Amino acid sequence: MAFLFALFLTGLANAAALFLVASGLSLIFGVTRIVNFAHGSFYMLGAFIGVTLMELLPGAVGFWGAILLTGLAVGLIGALVEIVVLRRIYRAPELFQLVATFGVILVIQDLALMIWGAEDRLGPRAPGLRGVWRIFGEPVPKFDIVLIAITPVILLALWYLITRTRLGILVRAATQDREMVGALGVNQAWLFTGVFALGSALAGWGGALQLPKGGANLLMDFNIIGAVFVVVVIGGMGSLPGAFIAAVLISVLNAFGVAFLPESTLVLMFVVMAAVLILRPYGLLGREETAGEHGQVGAPETPIRPYGPRGVALTVALLVLLAALPAFAEPFLLTLVVDITVFALFAASLHFILGTGGMVSFGHAAFFGGGAYAAALLVYHSETPMELAFLCAPLAAGVLALGIGWFCIRLSGVYFAMLTLAFSQLVWSLAFQWRSVTRGDDGLINIWPADWLNAPMPYYYLTLALGVGGILTLRHIIHAPFGYALRAGRDSPRQAEAMGINVGRVQLVAFALAGAMAGLAGGLFVFSKGSVFPTELEITKSFDALIVVFLGGVKTLAGGVVGASFMTSVEHWLTRLEYWRLVLGLVIIAVVILMPEGIVGTLKRLAGRLRPSTEEAPR
Amino acid sequence: MTEILRADTLRKSYDGFLAVDGVSFSVREGELKALIGPNGAGKSTCFNMLTGQLKPSSGEVFLRGARITGKRPREIWRLGVGRTFQITGTYASMSVAENVQMALISHHRRLFGFGARAWKLYRAEALDLLRSVALDDQADRPCSVLAYGDLKRLELAIALSHRPRLLLMDEPTAGMAPSARIDMMQLVADVVRDQGLSVLFTEHDMDVVFAHAHHIMVLNRGKLIADGNAEAVRNDPRVQEVYLGGGTLFKEARDA
Amino acid sequence: MLEVASIHSFYGKAHILDALSFSVARGEVVALLGRNGAGKSTTMKSVMQLVRPRAGSVIFEGRELVGLPAYRVAKAGLGYVPEDRRVFSDLTVLENLEVGRQPKRDGAPHWTVAQLFELFPNLAERRHNRGKHLSGGEQQMLTIARTLMGNPALLLLDEPSEGIAPVIVEQMARSIAMLKSEGLTVLLSEQNLHFARAVADRAVILEAGQKKFDGSFETLESRPEIRDAYLSV
Repeated sequence: MAFLFALFLTGLANAAALFLVASGLSLIFGVTRIVNFAHGSFYMLGAFIGVTLMELLPGAVGFWGAILLTGLAVGLIGALVEIVVLRRIYRAPELFQLVATFGVILVIQDLALMIWGAEDRLGPRAPGLRGVWRIFGEPVPKFDIVLIAITPVILLALWYLITRTRLGILVRAATQDREMVGALGVNQAWLFTGVFALGSALAGWGGALQLPKGGANLLMDFNIIGAVFVVVVIGGMGSLPGAFIAAVLISVLNAFGVAFLPESTLVLMFVVMAAVLILRPYGLLGREETAGEHGQVGAPETPIRPYGPRGVALTVALLVLLAALPAFAEPFLLTLVVDITVFALFAASLHFILGTGGMVSFGHAAFFGGGAYAAALLVYHSETPMELAFLCAPLAAGVLALGIGWFCIRLSGVYFAMLTLAFSQLVWSLAFQWRSVTRGDDGLINIWPADWLNAPMPYYYLTLALGVGGILTLRHIIHAPFGYALRAGRDSPRQAEAMGINVGRVQLVAFALAGAMAGLAGGLFVFSKGSVFPTELEITKSFDALIVVFLGGVKTLAGGVVGASFMTSVEHWLTRLEYWRLVLGLVIIAVVILMPEGIVGTLKRLAGRLRPSTEEAPR
Repeated sequence: MTEILRADTLRKSYDGFLAVDGVSFSVREGELKALIGPNGAGKSTCFNMLTGQLKPSSGEVFLRGARITGKRPREIWRLGVGRTFQITGTYASMSVAENVQMALISHHRRLFGFGARAWKLYRAEALDLLRSVALDDQADRPCSVLAYGDLKRLELAIALSHRPRLLLMDEPTAGMAPSARIDMMQLVADVVRDQGLSVLFTEHDMDVVFAHAHHIMVLNRGKLIADGNAEAVRNDPRVQEVYLGGGTLFKEARDA
Repeated sequence: MLEVASIHSFYGKAHILDALSFSVARGEVVALLGRNGAGKSTTMKSVMQLVRPRAGSVIFEGRELVGLPAYRVAKAGLGYVPEDRRVFSDLTVLENLEVGRQPKRDGAPHWTVAQLFELFPNLAERRHNRGKHLSGGEQQMLTIARTLMGNPALLLLDEPSEGIAPVIVEQMARSIAMLKSEGLTVLLSEQNLHFARAVADRAVILEAGQKKFDGSFETLESRPEIRDAYLSV
């Protein structure tokens, strides 16, 4: 009994940081309607800045002073980010906002690497709170008790700020009706900056407060953002008490999980989330949120058509070139083309739901990695013949997408994006934690193709046939009745429902189809590399595809493929740069702000200016 | 004439506020009927309960005697009810003809087709429908470049594509120039006559209403205060009061 | 004081205001009349810059408003009371008033919470109630009071009598007369002709986004054909 109580206290103590970060995210969303994917980065900055300040400032006063200063510093950084990046895109479609915050993640990651180096930092112990207190005979770290005491104080302070001050009143008013607040003479720009700074400061404090229990490292940003999304989704977007309840729930559950089911801690919170969502789709204390005010992926394009004769000729010429490549190219080039094709198929499958379906998925890696793992597990554990295992990659990924899609399709906009991300984290945590089956981060190795394919040239042709076949199939479907129905649901869901289209079912089928195609790409990937690791399921993998689709252009059919080819090609030299994330992040932010139509879209528009007829002329 | 649509004591409340309070009426075959009323009278709420967009708090809706209360919009559409929206909801990423073809594909239950090229399906039928609203010369233009009045007519063609027996139109002329309004309603009246279908529409342009509606219903504060032909409605003192306000109430306010 | 010159406003592609011009002089109460859909609310929003006119100009005390963000328009001295009230439903009456609070302004009446509670006694009794628990009439009073907290020189009142009980409408008319006597300039939109005649000095009649009449109520009464064409059924 005493042990259980001690576990409960550990959970409560862990809730502090989670609640701080989640409440900041919630606050920012309530007023600005932007889900700040970079919120984990502010948490990480809080940890690093905190460590640095604690080293500089001595004693107990220095320790707590450092924590206080850290929040202020991170708040300032947040204000800077808001003024430089977000302020320009409040009127942009949701996808653009999310992608921009992802650009911020990359920039902060490399800046942190530059300033603090790649080494993990251990947090200093809190002065005077080093030992344990015994509660019912069980040792409980003193700092835990302090955290447990602090969390309600923070909740109260926030509550006071929100309910009793003019700023809080304006924040709540703006959460309900921003336009009206503006019409009453309040300059929203500064209100938004202030709220963003406050939310960032909360994340910074979260990062600094957890230092004595953890430390600072460069993976913190992604590690916490999944949990924070779970907390916010469970508690309800925009609700501070909701965030508090959910943070406590998740942390306590986690503490018990660590003690009794150590391989399931990460999975457990997603199970809770799924259960809450079935009962209350908008969280415990949340309200219904509508999709982005300015659309999810931008204004729909003009009618799309398959390529005219010139386009077809170009495509055929490219395919002939690729087919003839093994005759004269070096093996290195073949490998590169295999990589490009796999990534292009993966990106095209995301483009299918994102561009054609208007569904902003932030967890597409679940299906790529899911397919790869499905095939690899079959080979690794039961020595399934490669052909059969390979077939299972798209099948398993499709079934997985059907299941995840069933939860996510019911919600739209930012909820959809957050949920897909959270579910992909669930799949990742399975691969990462279920060591007896997946071998965790040791990965599954020696997954090689069948003998008749186990050479560069045959595998090259397999990849080319299936990869190009997959991409062309997706393109064909876009022009088929199903693709039209999918677009109808994106352009005007209301009109689509009013003409007999079951938009939810169409979207679910599309989601599963895209999942299966991503799984196919994953299958091709695993047998080309001979191994698979949890990294293939990470958030960064999902973002890679997203960025590629975005850079290529959401609204152009070739966007995904062009973007993927471009990225894979430049990746080789880009990743040789020490700070390539910084460069990429800045490029992303610049593209969001300067050329929102993406590379292909912008080129097309420029070409359209130069000559009146366009590439994709009607038939 | 037999009745095609009947609403029976429809009620809708939001947070204790009765937006629609016990409204009953019917629409008969071949009839062009208008639902009018001042802002906030409950027209949209009432209308959306007929189309399935909203579920009534109580009361029933019958289509040709069969209960359709609480059915989804897409189910009601499949029962042969077409509708248009106050703010047009066409598909901007499709051409004008494809917008109509989309409805035809849905009508022929081929939404889950993965093989065919969608723009080749039912094109002749779509062009016929576009001809009936005089849009056939713009069939291959992107929907996004159409003028507003043309979008409204395109919506009408879409609504007619599955040969409905009843058409529900929410403010069919909103946002159009006055002359275009008359043309638009004339078009609807012709369709009603030629195809023998029934139309229920909400409208704020009184010229349009009195020029074309066979019968007019007036809604005020969630209650139906008049239901009859143009002359009867025009002469109804309660209707006059709704539109012009009470006469004696404000004498003292001037002096205050 | 306010000069609206040939503005064109759109919702998406729908052309709502068509070369609309009119003016409001200091101390005057002007009523915009017309049936629903005629463009009254859009006119209000276009003055306030909540809908941005694509052409034309809106001059307030010699200053061009077109292109300014709404908060600058409010700071310039315009107070906007929306038709659909838009009370902050989770905020109490006092908090709603706090959102509207702005510094004192020269040349405009200055309001305190106490004065506003005097003007709208119902609100005083319900000062700690949340917006969503108020009746329609009380919400209407609250939106007006909230806007007055910004000490505007010109009040834009969009359909103040809509959807509220007749006895409250009467009270509303008295309140507007009171505001006028305090020196406030008012532009209000109305469907209720009698209400408008009771409170306003001049009528501007809109139909399909165009001005059809601009003059005194006496003139309007002498020309019943205008009333029949644009206001009644």
